[in-house]
Amino acid sequence: MNQSILRRVALAVGAPFAAVVFAVALSSVVLLISGNNPYNAFSDMLENASRLETFVDILNNATPLYISGIAAAIGFRMNLFNIGVEGQYLIAAFFAAAVGSAGFVVDLPAPLHVAVILLVAMSVGAAWAGVAGALKVTRGINEVISTIMLNFIAVGGVIAWLLVEFQDDSGASNSGTTPLAASGRLPSLNRVLETVTREIGKGRELTGVLIIAVVVGIGYHLFINRTRLGFDFRASGYNPMAARAGGVPPKRMIMYAMLLSGAVAGLVGMFEVLSDKGQYSQSFVRGIGFNGIAVALIGRNNSVGIAVGALLFGFLSTSSGILQITGSATPEIVEIMKGIIVLSAVVAYEVVRRIRLRDEAKSAAEATERRDDSVPVEGSEVPA
Amino acid sequence: MTDVIATPRPADTPEEGGVKGLFAKYVALPGPIRWMTAAALGVLLLSIVQEISGEGSSVLTEPGTSGAMLRFAVPILLAGLGGLFSERAGVVNIGLEGMMILGTWFGAWGTVNFDSPWAGLVCGAIGGALGGLLHAVATVSFGVDHIISGVAINILAPGLTRFLSDQVFSDWEGGSITQSPRAVGLPKFDVPLLAGQGGSTSLLGELDDKDWFFVSDVAGFLEGAMQSLSLYTVIAFALVPLSGFVLWRTRLGLRIRICGERPEAGESLGVNIYLHKYIGVVTSGAFAGVAGGFVAMELAGIYREGQTLGRGYIGLAALIFGNWRPGGVMLGSLLFGYPFVLALRDSTGLGTRALLLVIGIALIAVLVFSVVNRKWTDSIIAGVLALAMLIWWSQSSTAPNWLPNTMPYATVLLVLVFMSQRLRMPAADGQIYRKGG
Repeated sequence: MNQSILRRVALAVGAPFAAVVFAVALSSVVLLISGNNPYNAFSDMLENASRLETFVDILNNATPLYISGIAAAIGFRMNLFNIGVEGQYLIAAFFAAAVGSAGFVVDLPAPLHVAVILLVAMSVGAAWAGVAGALKVTRGINEVISTIMLNFIAVGGVIAWLLVEFQDDSGASNSGTTPLAASGRLPSLNRVLETVTREIGKGRELTGVLIIAVVVGIGYHLFINRTRLGFDFRASGYNPMAARAGGVPPKRMIMYAMLLSGAVAGLVGMFEVLSDKGQYSQSFVRGIGFNGIAVALIGRNNSVGIAVGALLFGFLSTSSGILQITGSATPEIVEIMKGIIVLSAVVAYEVVRRIRLRDEAKSAAEATERRDDSVPVEGSEVPA
Repeated sequence: MTDVIATPRPADTPEEGGVKGLFAKYVALPGPIRWMTAAALGVLLLSIVQEISGEGSSVLTEPGTSGAMLRFAVPILLAGLGGLFSERAGVVNIGLEGMMILGTWFGAWGTVNFDSPWAGLVCGAIGGALGGLLHAVATVSFGVDHIISGVAINILAPGLTRFLSDQVFSDWEGGSITQSPRAVGLPKFDVPLLAGQGGSTSLLGELDDKDWFFVSDVAGFLEGAMQSLSLYTVIAFALVPLSGFVLWRTRLGLRIRICGERPEAGESLGVNIYLHKYIGVVTSGAFAGVAGGFVAMELAGIYREGQTLGRGYIGLAALIFGNWRPGGVMLGSLLFGYPFVLALRDSTGLGTRALLLVIGIALIAVLVFSVVNRKWTDSIIAGVLALAMLIWWSQSSTAPNWLPNTMPYATVLLVLVFMSQRLRMPAADGQIYRKGG
């Protein structure tokens, strides 16, 4: 019995661990081929990560990634592939920044101002994802295709069209929305972190959105595991036919999942909108949506797993900077590592799933054998 | 892609009259004639709109446009044909985009390194095929969800090419971490007699100069398509009948297709399902790689980071639009490639504005068709959208500058809104197959 628990734990932890080891091994080979010393590169990366300022960088990187990962995971839980987190967070960030710096909203007191901005971001994200949901439910268009097309339409169409209207014309050459007033910004968490560590230097500021990310993570966990709708989500994901027979309307589930996923996606860009930059501009951070999908896959759609994945990716992103400085390896190696980790993680999870199934079949067979021994031959009334 | 419901098409009775009967007769025509009719109708529509819109909208059918239309259709076409091989073998390939990215890099690398565009074409195919192999290992051997594996490849590919650029292109003259030195494509030629350039007389050129309504437009359109035609484009379009032949007329094709329809049945007949799925997916990657090579060598003349612009996904949309058949994929790629041309050539926005009218008229056609077939939801959607397009067209004098860049993606969505439900994908497409399972 004890051994089987050990085996199960080993299987659960083993897969992601194996993926990382595999990625390190493979990228070491790549580094060797390209004439770098992998040992130097990895020790530089680890040494750098032990600094407090780097730790803040990693958290700052991981925060939007985590939210993005949760957004993707909500869809994945019911086999719905929201590839459009990218477009959803960009269009949400744009509208949030535009509304936050316009009309009566500007004069709101601090907590309300931030609340309005968050609300706008979530609604716009949900609406944009809802378009894909509606197209799937009413017209049968696959969500992968439609969300990808909506990404392009959001950035090249809607934002390009409206950015001109909301452009800050106070003379700055940076074409973005009017920067938010101080009341529309979240304070940094430096002082909170400093109570347990030394003073944070080099002008690093721990983003206040970290708290939102934690709330989203806990909320996601509770929603999926503790609510009825969350149960319906999981049921639809495991077996849509059975869920339908059990009274779960599949179309409504798809709409709910897309709306919820989009609403969370809307929060991804907040770390920049609610920061010192306080605006949406042409140079707004891109690519977090796609990396969020990767993080969700590594974390197996589990709130803690996604956090580990986001921190890992955050660590890799920050590492590219130190590699650039020390020159011990080309910084682009971290991009390859991200790709390898994702691909090997999904393969490793599948292998583990197979092993588990086999284990289950074996233990079931053993159990049946034992019961066969204890029950008389003519015992056809075996309790079910 | 389990949401496309397989509804058997009702048997069309040839006796029916009216629009319905006409449509039934059209469907019964042989493939090539059907596509040519559709293309002619398209040009007719464009030339009518051009007459109405007048000044500046000649970009819709001028010779340069049709040549560019073919060129911009090629990457979508090749990606779509790639998807055809993969999905006919039962593996959904969302990783086409990533394989295409590999194709752009390896295509440019091969061209510059061996100083030959042919080498570029081959290297692009190999690069894409490697991506396909990765997808096949993950989905066929390890049974990973097809979409998850595809997404992972799409994440891996840009990182890999960036790394490779840093390693290779940065050291070359004219190259950097985001781009390669110039990589020029295959030789170009004019089709003799029919098309000519720079004062040389040609049959179609003469007709175009006559300025007859429609006839001249068609001639101009055809001439443009035959001028300075790249061999690469010819090869791509030759792959359409070739793919059809391989998949529907050879033993190999039958075996690939059974993997996508009934793998268990195939296995019981002794077909090596895994092997044929591998063949389908690796071929798919090679096609996507060739598509990427085309984007780098022919469209841009250089490898540049992020230059695929989602064309791999649009190829998938063309595959869906084309009902998982090569001819349909070709039509879809021409349809979805056309807006890309306008984005490039229509600097005044007048042509794009005229395109609004084209879309409006096309929607009215859809409206009529839906009403005849008593599809009321389709009719309402088509009617509302048509009205919106016509109002937009009549109230504007030129298209806003963001519209041309959005048009390709909006067109895909618009077309799928009316098409998605009439299609039938391979029965076992997207399902994970286990030997003896």
